[in-house]
Amino acid sequence: MRIVDSPPALMRGHTSRIVQPKRTAQKVAVALATVLLLALAWSVATNQRFRWDVVASYLFSPDILHGLMLTLEITVCAMAIGVIGGLLLALMRLSSNRFLRLVSSAYIWFFRGTPVLVQLLFWFNIQALYPHIGLPFGPQLNLNAIITPVIAAIIGLGFNEAAYMAEITRAGISAIDHGQGEAAKALGMTRAESLRHIVLPQAMRVIIPPTANETIGLLKTSSIASVIAVTELLYSAQLIYAVNYLTIPLLVVASIWYLAITTVLSTGQHYLERHFSKGAVHAIRRT
Amino acid sequence: MRSAAPDIPMVEALNLRKSYGKHVVLKDVSLTVARGEVVCIIGPSGSGKSTLLRCLNRLEEIEAGEIVIDGALIGYQEKENRLHALAEKAACRQRAAIGMVFQRFNLFPHLTALDNVMVAPMRVRGVPRADAAKRGRTLLARVGLAGKEGHYPSMLSGGQQQRVAIARALAMEPKLMLFDEPTSALDPELVGEVLEVMRELVASGMTMVVVTHEMGFARDVADRVIFMEDGAIVEEGKPLAFFSAPVEARTRSFLARVA
Ligand SMILES: Nc1ncnc2c1ncn2[C@@H]1O[C@H](COP(=O)(O)OP(=O)(O)OP(=O)(O)O)[C@@H](O)[C@H]1O
Ligand SMILES: [Mg+2]
Repeated sequence: MRIVDSPPALMRGHTSRIVQPKRTAQKVAVALATVLLLALAWSVATNQRFRWDVVASYLFSPDILHGLMLTLEITVCAMAIGVIGGLLLALMRLSSNRFLRLVSSAYIWFFRGTPVLVQLLFWFNIQALYPHIGLPFGPQLNLNAIITPVIAAIIGLGFNEAAYMAEITRAGISAIDHGQGEAAKALGMTRAESLRHIVLPQAMRVIIPPTANETIGLLKTSSIASVIAVTELLYSAQLIYAVNYLTIPLLVVASIWYLAITTVLSTGQHYLERHFSKGAVHAIRRT
Repeated sequence: MRSAAPDIPMVEALNLRKSYGKHVVLKDVSLTVARGEVVCIIGPSGSGKSTLLRCLNRLEEIEAGEIVIDGALIGYQEKENRLHALAEKAACRQRAAIGMVFQRFNLFPHLTALDNVMVAPMRVRGVPRADAAKRGRTLLARVGLAGKEGHYPSMLSGGQQQRVAIARALAMEPKLMLFDEPTSALDPELVGEVLEVMRELVASGMTMVVVTHEMGFARDVADRVIFMEDGAIVEEGKPLAFFSAPVEARTRSFLARVA
C-alpha cells in the first residue's frame, strides 16, 4: 500500500490560515492563579513572623542535620524491608501451595488492619513480652539492648510497609502475560530465573510508580517515630522550639528538608521508570 | 544428556493421558517421531493439538504415559536401574533442548531482538555475552532479520516477531522444534515469510512437530500428517496419500471443511 501525502480535499486550493479556538476560561484561570501566587509570595516574603533569618540559621544546624540523617536511615532501611518482604509475600501469595497463600494473606490482613502507631509502640515494648531471645540452651540475647528506639522504628515501619508492598508487587507480577513465563520455561529457565530475568523486569513498570508513592509516604510517616523518642527530623525541630518557642520557623526548616528529599525521590522515580519502560509501546519520553 | 544412537527415534510418546477436571483432553495418545522427520498435526479446534505439543516439553504435566526424547525419559533420571524424578532445575534444563514456537510469539517485550535471542543461552547455559551476541546475530541473519538486532518487539511486524521467536528457540541448539500454529496470529500477507524460514529449517534436517492450519505447507514439507480429533489420533499418513485419499470419514469431513 502506498500512502499518498497530500492535503485533504477540503483545504486544497485554499490559503486560509487555521484558527485555533479561543479558550477564554483557560486564560481567566491562568490570570487568577498568577494573582493568587504573587499575593502568597509577597506575604511569605514580607511577613516578619516567618522569621526567615531563624530558618536560615537552623537549616544546617547539627541537631537538624542529625535528625535528617536519622529520618533518611529509617526510611531507607524500612523501605528495604518493605520491598524484600513485599516480594516474598507476593510470591507466597501467588504460590500453588495453599498454606503459603494463607500465611501471606494473614500477614497482610494483620499488618494492614492495625494502626502503624500501635505496631511501633509494640516493637518498642517487645522486651516486656520477650525479655530474652535465643535458642533453647543456646546463648540468650537481651532484647532490651537490641531493640533500640531506632531499630523498633525500622522494624515497625518496615514490617507494616511489607504488607502494602506485597499487594503492589503481586499486582505487578499478575499484570504480566502468562505467555512470558511459559516462553521462559520453554527455553529451559527455572521459575526463579524466569522471575528474575523475564517477569520482574517487566513487572517493574507497574510496580515502580506506587512504590515511589509508598517511599514518599514512608518518609513522612517516619516522623511518628517521635512517639518512641527517636530524634528524627520533625522531633529534632520540636525539641528546639520547645526551648526557644520559634515554632513556625522550625516547622518551615523541617518542611524544607522533607520537600528536598521528596524532590530527589521523584527525580529518581522518573529515571527508574524510564529505565524499565524500554521496549514498551508508550515508552517514557526523555527529558 | 547422552547422545543416542541414530536409529533411536527423536520422540517416543506412549499412551499420554491428560485431562482438565473431568474433561479428558488426551486419550492415551502415542506418537513416534524419527530423527529429521517433519510431522504436521491438523485437526479441529479443541481436539488437543496444543495440549499434546505442550505435554511433549512438559509445559503441561501428563497424568499417565511416558515421553522419551532422544533416548532419555523426560522428567526422570536413571540411576542404578531405578528411575528418580528430576529436581526442578534438572527438569527445566531438559526442556532447553526442545525448542518451542508459540502462536502468539511470546517475545520478551523489554528486550531487543538480539537480547531475546541471547537471554536463554546466557542465563541457562552460561554462554559468555560476546559469544551469545555473535551467535545471536548469525541466527537473526539466518531468519532474514539482519539489521533489526536493536529493535524491540513492539517495533517489529508480526511476521518479524515470529521469526525472532524462531531464532530465539534455535539459539538453544535444540534437537527438536515444536511449533504451535506459528502463523495463525499473522496477517495473511505475513504468513509466507514465516513459512519460508520454517522450510529452510526443514531443509537443514531439523526434527519438527508442527501444529498448523496451513494445509499447503503440510502437503509440501511434512513427512507425515496426523489428524487429531477429540483427544485422539484418528488417522495419519504420508501427505500425498493423506490429502488425496483419506481413509476415515471424520478426516474426509474435516478436510472438506477446511479446503
Ligand atoms: N488450561 C486449561 N484448562 C482447562 N481446559 C483447557 C486448558 N487448556 C486447554 N483446555 C481444553 O482442552 C481442550 C484441548 O485444548 P487444546 O488447546 O489442546 O486444543 P487445540 O487442538 O490446540 O485447539 P485450537 O485449534 O483451538 O488451538 C479444549 O477443549 C480446551 O478447552
Ligand atoms: Mg491450539
